[in-house]
Amino acid sequence: MEMLNIKINGMPFSVEKNTTILEACQQFGIKIPTLCYLKDINEIGACRMCLCEVKGARSLVAACVYPIDREGTEIFTNTPQIQKSRKTTLELIVSNHDKKCLSCPRSNNCELQKLCVEYGVDETKFCGEETKYDVDESTLHLVRNNNKCILCRRCSAACKDQYVGVIGANNRGFDTEIGCAFNKDLSEVACVACGQCTAVCPTGALIERDDTAKVFEAIADETKTVIVHTAPSIRATLGECFDMPIGTNVTGKMVAALRRLGFDKVFDTNFAADLTIMEEGTEFLDRVKNGGTLPMITSCSPGWIKFCEHYYPELIPNLSTCKSPQQMQGAMIKSYYAEKMGIDPKDMVVVAVMPCVAKKFEIKRDDQGHNGLDDNDIVITTRELAKMIKAVGLQFTELPDEQFDPIMGIGSGAGTIFGATGGVMEAALRTVADVLTGEDLEHIDYTDVRGMDDIKEATYDVAGMQVKVAVTSGLKNAAKLLDKVKSGEADYQFIEVMCCPGGCINGGGQPIVDGHTRNFVDVKGLRAAALYDDDKNLEYRKSHKNPEIKAIYDEYLGEPGSHKAHELLHTSYVKRPKY
Amino acid sequence: MLKKISSIPFAGTPEQEAELKAVIAKHIDDPGAVMPVLQEAQDIYGYLPIEVQTMIAEGLNVPLEEVYGVSTFYSQFALSPKGKYNISVCMGTACYVKGSGDVLNKLSEELGIEAEECTLDGQFSLTACRCIGACGLAPVITINDDVYGRLTADMIPDILKKYKD
Repeated sequence: MEMLNIKINGMPFSVEKNTTILEACQQFGIKIPTLCYLKDINEIGACRMCLCEVKGARSLVAACVYPIDREGTEIFTNTPQIQKSRKTTLELIVSNHDKKCLSCPRSNNCELQKLCVEYGVDETKFCGEETKYDVDESTLHLVRNNNKCILCRRCSAACKDQYVGVIGANNRGFDTEIGCAFNKDLSEVACVACGQCTAVCPTGALIERDDTAKVFEAIADETKTVIVHTAPSIRATLGECFDMPIGTNVTGKMVAALRRLGFDKVFDTNFAADLTIMEEGTEFLDRVKNGGTLPMITSCSPGWIKFCEHYYPELIPNLSTCKSPQQMQGAMIKSYYAEKMGIDPKDMVVVAVMPCVAKKFEIKRDDQGHNGLDDNDIVITTRELAKMIKAVGLQFTELPDEQFDPIMGIGSGAGTIFGATGGVMEAALRTVADVLTGEDLEHIDYTDVRGMDDIKEATYDVAGMQVKVAVTSGLKNAAKLLDKVKSGEADYQFIEVMCCPGGCINGGGQPIVDGHTRNFVDVKGLRAAALYDDDKNLEYRKSHKNPEIKAIYDEYLGEPGSHKAHELLHTSYVKRPKY
Repeated sequence: MLKKISSIPFAGTPEQEAELKAVIAKHIDDPGAVMPVLQEAQDIYGYLPIEVQTMIAEGLNVPLEEVYGVSTFYSQFALSPKGKYNISVCMGTACYVKGSGDVLNKLSEELGIEAEECTLDGQFSLTACRCIGACGLAPVITINDDVYGRLTADMIPDILKKYKD
């Protein structure tokens, strides 16, 4: 490793050769502003916010893509010339930007707005032509408003990194806009609804469809029993919206907030995660014993399912027929719970709080729901829940810790770790191993499938049976793995795929993390750690040990894979067009 | 100039498709294959409709949006077919100040199509082009290889008559 002696703003430092100026400055505690740069996926030096001076260079250079390759390089990061350049860049960007900050859903959380404040930008400095675009509201999951787009291309990079690539830059010069091929609406192309574009957008150009008004309306309707359930990963991320450190587990305060928002019951989707394991584990063993299609691939992630339907329809028979935990939870609330409590399911409104925008699409899929009713009525993301909490003035950090409501409020540790890549596989293995051995095994940490590696493989000896598994997250990695399955190169029996890189903790509906944090902090690792800590400290760590799960089978479903379970908890998939 | 997407039904032949597949096979391992394949595809089909771009995307295993992005970036790529007679109106500086905008509007009115479009019968297409270097004759149009200079809008109907079969 060759080290170079350099100077930044006159101070001597030593850096590894070919470190970019941006990274070098980060190492020495200097934050360079960026708008377009996303480590590994969008290193294009396009936005010109990160311009710095290198002594001897002809002009200012883009710090994000300038490798330091000479001994004695002298860098300046904050001269009056640099400040003026950055300010002018911002003024030019906002000259063609829909400046309705007061009503913008990203106000106070907008990277452009923040930089404009920092650099004292005059938004009326350049008053030229402004392009007007129609807002694309064609999908259930997100809204594309190009009037707020700054053409940083972070969304198209994220989309391409998911091996979807349905949005990108079209046309040229002042006409350039981010859109779909042949100017189609998002609903007409093979968008998988992962929402990663909304997570990386620095402005309000890409946002989830806001369903909070529907929730407030339902709560205000006294004829409705409004029930909410929260996905495993929400507890590990919601705190970020209230300035708590990344990776803070806020389960208790989240439950308290939901109750104060006026929900009649607050359930834990971890319960349904456990239910998923019971059904999926049983389905897996059945496929192994009876020569079913293998490898079996998990079906919890609706973005992944839609991807499979559009891009790998030949693998649909490999998908587990289990509904996702969200859908199982809704199905059980509107059947088991409704019957037990004597409530007409027509008078229920079930709200799911999810880390995911694809879940908004999932509730309207075919072959979900029962007796003409959807399993869930409204899906809101972590971000929308935070918005609701703020709207009613709840002081989130001051709230007491409260418990979920019975009889769908207990989740095992196995359910909790569903929120991180590898979690579903580990949860399934915990149960499958106990079932096959007939024991209550003590070794339940399947650490080979944890972590943020692209593809994780392991072979486990379970009661004499060799179970070969693979785990992946992010659709780019999934595509690589699926190609191996298709070619016959891989001989796994069980595969877990999560649509978003790192799993649900990094879902498209999670709190927005600005570009700088995304580039330099292990956000996924910190959020996942919160879930694994939660798992370690829970009373039950295996799905089949969850007493509420035992009760639902005893009282209602019979056994996993029963006729009734199939009717309520399983689904089917359809081939969808790629173009 | 924003490109117009043709609404004329695609009429590609199996021979053209085979030719395009050969082009794709030739370039499949090249880095940045999209642009040369688009160029050769335009030579084959005369323009780049969604059907052709989809074949390219599928063949090169790149997103359709990426192919479309390239095709709308470069002015030489056409999303609309060319007619039997392609009329190019020079919009270079000299022609423009001498009234080529009026000439273009008149052509548009007479033919019932906008710039970058083709008439439904496939006879005429209209293009607004960059300077063709005949500034001394401004404003200038070309109809295939014929050049017409020092035009005014009222001369257009008579010129078009010569090409109406």
